[in-house]
Amino acid sequence: MNGHDEERLKRLLREALPPVEGEPEPGRDLWPAVLKRMDEKPAMPPWFDWALLGGLLGLAALFPSAIPVFLYYL
Amino acid sequence: MARDAETGSGDQESQKQLLAFRHGDLDAFETLFRQHQRAVYGWILRMVRNSGVAEELTVETFWRIYRAHARFEPARGFEGWARRIATHAALDWMRTVRTEDALRVEMAPDPEAPAAGDAAVAAEIREKTARAFERLPAKLRIAAVLALVEEQPHREVAEALGISAAAVKVRVFRALRLLRKDLERQGIRP
Repeated sequence: MNGHDEERLKRLLREALPPVEGEPEPGRDLWPAVLKRMDEKPAMPPWFDWALLGGLLGLAALFPSAIPVFLYYL
Repeated sequence: MARDAETGSGDQESQKQLLAFRHGDLDAFETLFRQHQRAVYGWILRMVRNSGVAEELTVETFWRIYRAHARFEPARGFEGWARRIATHAALDWMRTVRTEDALRVEMAPDPEAPAAGDAAVAAEIREKTARAFERLPAKLRIAAVLALVEEQPHREVAEALGISAAAVKVRVFRALRLLRKDLERQGIRP
């Protein structure tokens, strides 16, 4: 790809996606939404994450010598 | 002299604010939010190009900022740090949302608008270019939209993405190459 191609592509891109002009502002005060988001409880990890953790702990209990190998591949 | 003293006390005040935020002070956080929300929103809008999504991601960004307050280093400044978190929030959103649904680019020219002759051809090319751009991997798209469309300095894009300016150039080049291939497949020779 030469410089000329690159310039043409840039022009095409700027025509397809016009740049954002000026300093846009949000349409509403976002502070209440930030406070609401901060009050939300963190989502619980899905059940398969717990299952995976249980499986790993089980494996570690059954084969303790595998722990360094597992840590190496982390 | 009085002005220097005023500036000095202003700097001291803002340093105090940043330190208070670092310790989790909610009032200091609100002050920082009020000072920076417009810049953060504008930065996100430039990446996602949809005002509703940009508002949601601004909220998400400030939530992440508050959650990470203890890791904030006041000496490195708030703006660059906030911009970096905003960029990652936008990147995460781009990766999880199906691009063709999400990036029905609000700011792109309306493809349904009536056009005749050359104008119709130009509109079709714009539409195909926008679609090809939407198909690029998120990390290439962000680098390209900030560096090429919004003409942000490579150094700022690099800082926001947490990579070097050379890596930004590589991403932009790869984005353009993929874009050209996609357009050629659609019968457009850029």
